[in-house]
Amino acid sequence: MPVPMPAQGIGHCHSAKSPEVMLAFYRRLFPYKPFFLWLNQEHVPSRLFTHREFAFTLGESTYVRYNSFNNVEDFKKEILRANPTRFEIGPIYNVRPRDRKSVPQHVLRPELRELVFDIDMTDYDEVRTCCSGGNICRRCWGFIAAAVKVLDQSLRDSFGFKHLLWVYSGRRGIHCWISDRHALSLTDDQRRSLVQFLEVVKGGKEVAKKVNVRNGNDIGPLNANIEHALDTIKADFVRIALMDQNCFAEEKGTETLLSLLAVDRDTADSWRRKWSSSGVSSMDKWQEIMSYGAKLMKAGANSAAFRKFSNSTEDLILQYMYPRIDAEVSKRRNHLLKSPFVIHPGTGRVCVPVEVSKVDDFEPTAVPTVGQLLRELDRPAGNPAVKGEDGQDEARKLEHDYERTSLKPYIDLFEKHVTAVMRDNREAKKVVQDSKVSLDF
Amino acid sequence: MFKATSRNPQAGPSSRPGSGLGSNPEVKINRRLSGSGPSSRYPYRLNFYERPPTMDITLEEFEIFAISRLKVLTQIHALLDRSLPPQQYRELLSSTVKQHAALSSNTARNVRLDEERRRDEVGHWVLRLAFCRSPDLREKFIKTESELFRWRFETDDAVEKQEWLKSLRFDWVTVDQAEKSLLLKNLASCLPKNANESQVMGDHYVKVPWYTVPDLVSTRRVYITGGNAYVPQAYQISLVLQAFRERLGKALEMTAKSLPRMDEDDRLMPILSHLSLSFLTNISANDNNFFGEQDPNSEKVTADMVDALAVKHFPACQYNLWRRLKRDRHLKHYGRLQFGLFLKALGLPLDEALVYWRRGYGQTMSDDKFNKEYKYNIRHSYGQEGKRTNYPAKSCQQILTGAQPGAQDSHGCPYRHFAPEQLQQLLVEAYPVIQVGSLELREVMDSVKKTHYHVACTRVFELTHPGNVKKGEGIGGGNMVNHPNEYYNKSLEYEKESKGMAEPMQTD
Ligand code: SF4
Ligand SMILES: [Zn+2]
Repeated sequence: MPVPMPAQGIGHCHSAKSPEVMLAFYRRLFPYKPFFLWLNQEHVPSRLFTHREFAFTLGESTYVRYNSFNNVEDFKKEILRANPTRFEIGPIYNVRPRDRKSVPQHVLRPELRELVFDIDMTDYDEVRTCCSGGNICRRCWGFIAAAVKVLDQSLRDSFGFKHLLWVYSGRRGIHCWISDRHALSLTDDQRRSLVQFLEVVKGGKEVAKKVNVRNGNDIGPLNANIEHALDTIKADFVRIALMDQNCFAEEKGTETLLSLLAVDRDTADSWRRKWSSSGVSSMDKWQEIMSYGAKLMKAGANSAAFRKFSNSTEDLILQYMYPRIDAEVSKRRNHLLKSPFVIHPGTGRVCVPVEVSKVDDFEPTAVPTVGQLLRELDRPAGNPAVKGEDGQDEARKLEHDYERTSLKPYIDLFEKHVTAVMRDNREAKKVVQDSKVSLDF
Repeated sequence: MFKATSRNPQAGPSSRPGSGLGSNPEVKINRRLSGSGPSSRYPYRLNFYERPPTMDITLEEFEIFAISRLKVLTQIHALLDRSLPPQQYRELLSSTVKQHAALSSNTARNVRLDEERRRDEVGHWVLRLAFCRSPDLREKFIKTESELFRWRFETDDAVEKQEWLKSLRFDWVTVDQAEKSLLLKNLASCLPKNANESQVMGDHYVKVPWYTVPDLVSTRRVYITGGNAYVPQAYQISLVLQAFRERLGKALEMTAKSLPRMDEDDRLMPILSHLSLSFLTNISANDNNFFGEQDPNSEKVTADMVDALAVKHFPACQYNLWRRLKRDRHLKHYGRLQFGLFLKALGLPLDEALVYWRRGYGQTMSDDKFNKEYKYNIRHSYGQEGKRTNYPAKSCQQILTGAQPGAQDSHGCPYRHFAPEQLQQLLVEAYPVIQVGSLELREVMDSVKKTHYHVACTRVFELTHPGNVKKGEGIGGGNMVNHPNEYYNKSLEYEKESKGMAEPMQTD
């Protein structure tokens, strides 16, 4: 059942639309220090921070681009002064963005930027059956979860990235930020090539078959990288598309199947007849399809007929489960993307990091809202929200306000990620230094 | 981190271009025994241009070598833009390269290899100096140079190519048999149709960071794991090209930084500016000024003939001036100059020119005024007055980049200086085969929109000479229009050819 997502439980006085609420959040809860270290990758402010663009949204629609800051203190000061409803992170330029007017226009050039991805539920409207538009529930989140798993695996195993941060976008999508040094310095061309590699599902509303990745050879194998992804999502396809979402129920579902599968007329007609009575589930249909495949295979596992058919079932699974990324976001260094830990203005929810190993169980509606967090802060200090490991109340004095709120596990997760990024950054620098020393001999 | 680095000691930063040419004190003695055979300076046909030329270069060579290379690059740029069928593209490219930038392999006979290769090298380096100055120029230069390089790489002798690759010592890791058999299925899955696993074992694979071969990644032609792309032999050109582009890109930026020092050399700067201006306007620089003289081969043209020639053979710019003069009985200064020199170059002698212009102005001007003011100017442009300079007719480049026409002016290049509606009007009026709303006209207007004015003009030439040139052949041999008189001469030539062919058929 679709669960609508109004900004539930936010009392009027704690609405994300209220400037006082936002200001209280920025003053007491936003994790400035790990945020700075995440972008800067070391303690001393470097170009990664000082030459970085921040874009603020003020009020409903005023957009202020090209802010940049010398250090995290300046950044915080400005956030508290301007009190943006949200802000976005851009690239590192060759010139400090706020000084851009002091140089000729064409001189300003984005140089570095985390590699980012954006997956949005609206791209799944044609495959999900539970909700549509801006709504999202636990059930359709399954598509996002499957996408995250595949993309995460492919970015790590194939492309060799290590430092991926997945961040819930506060409403119906998820972002990924990759902070590896060589991800930062990818050119737009290189980013585009990677995105094109990952764009397996392609085509608008009018295109029925959206997966065409065999270079026109419909009996050929999949590129092994996609094949690996397929292995990862097969089980999710059964669990989510067939069983939970029941994507191929009714006549419309039947027609979708028949349009995507490579079967002859007679078989198609016989299925159509068989499935015409209502109550034949997607799972029933799929079993029929599989046993037909098994028959073809018996007749000849290398026959073109079988290969064609089995390829078409693979393509169908990819079409339903392979990540549908918003390609434009990833292709260019100068694309702005909403920062982690800002508040989604519509839902009031915090954009929190998500752990990939737990993404299946992630509950978007359980992400804390700014109102909830401020209420938790309002609770008397003697009753902290956070328990120690042994279940006892933490005896020590809490250093930060957020530790008393349900934001804590998310910030802990973030800090763990940041520590790893910084460690690698340090090691990379050491290697450079060592090689310099050895050159001096 | 992103470049396929070379361990070649000669490629180190110390030997990177300083001020460009001749900054390297190294002296090489060519162990050349006869007029042919590769020398130690140019052991291979292919060249990454890592070392600036060290020999003395005369100013004349400086310019000539650069201009002939520029011709090739502008041609490549135009060809890339025209989305021709691959076969035709290759043919046209091949003929231009042969004509202006031939490079023979070591086994070639009767060729002065060293001379060819020196030409190639100097040309490349001069253009580097000319084109390092703006991001636009750099981008265009890299694009066209790598296309030229690609073509040469693909046409190179297989053995020499391997030797050359070896000499560069790329940091490519060869994938050994054990790893190949481990990844067998994965590697085979990326091969084109009908390839099989045994092919993988027999092939020479290298592994490189995936981002060094973006074109192979985007088309999923490689297997990628652990950040590495596994590249079979057939695709290694991608790697070489990527390295070529990257090194050239970096070198150009460095040259740009050191260029200001060269500004003092006032012999070189005018040449360099001229070259870069040509490149920006997509026109190859003109190395000949034979249009200054009347072409001795051209037949005598009389005032009476001009109208007939105009409708048949004039490019848009001159057609426009011709009809303006007819309609308004007047042309402003630059228009008179542009049209007058054009007429002179196509063979209208001074006495006929005086007749033509006198008639052209008609009753709007008294004989007295004509004789006093205009006659002198016409004689002057024929080198009969004043300094007695024989002025050459204006080239497309001069027309495109010279004085911009003001509100009352009619000179310039219509493709560049007209509003789209006016241009379309002019074209359908001047060239009846071009129809309003036709696909062809749209194609021409597209080129105009992309600021490829000479491509548009060349396309019109093709359209108006359907029996003589096919699409892509330009004014012949794939050449672009780059001088109005060239346009005219070619048009006339084709007319004669067609007639010559038609006549014998009439005799029974
Ligand atoms: S391109 Fe050259 S010949 Fe053609 S109209 Fe323009 S100036 Fe004249
Ligand atoms: Zn739902």
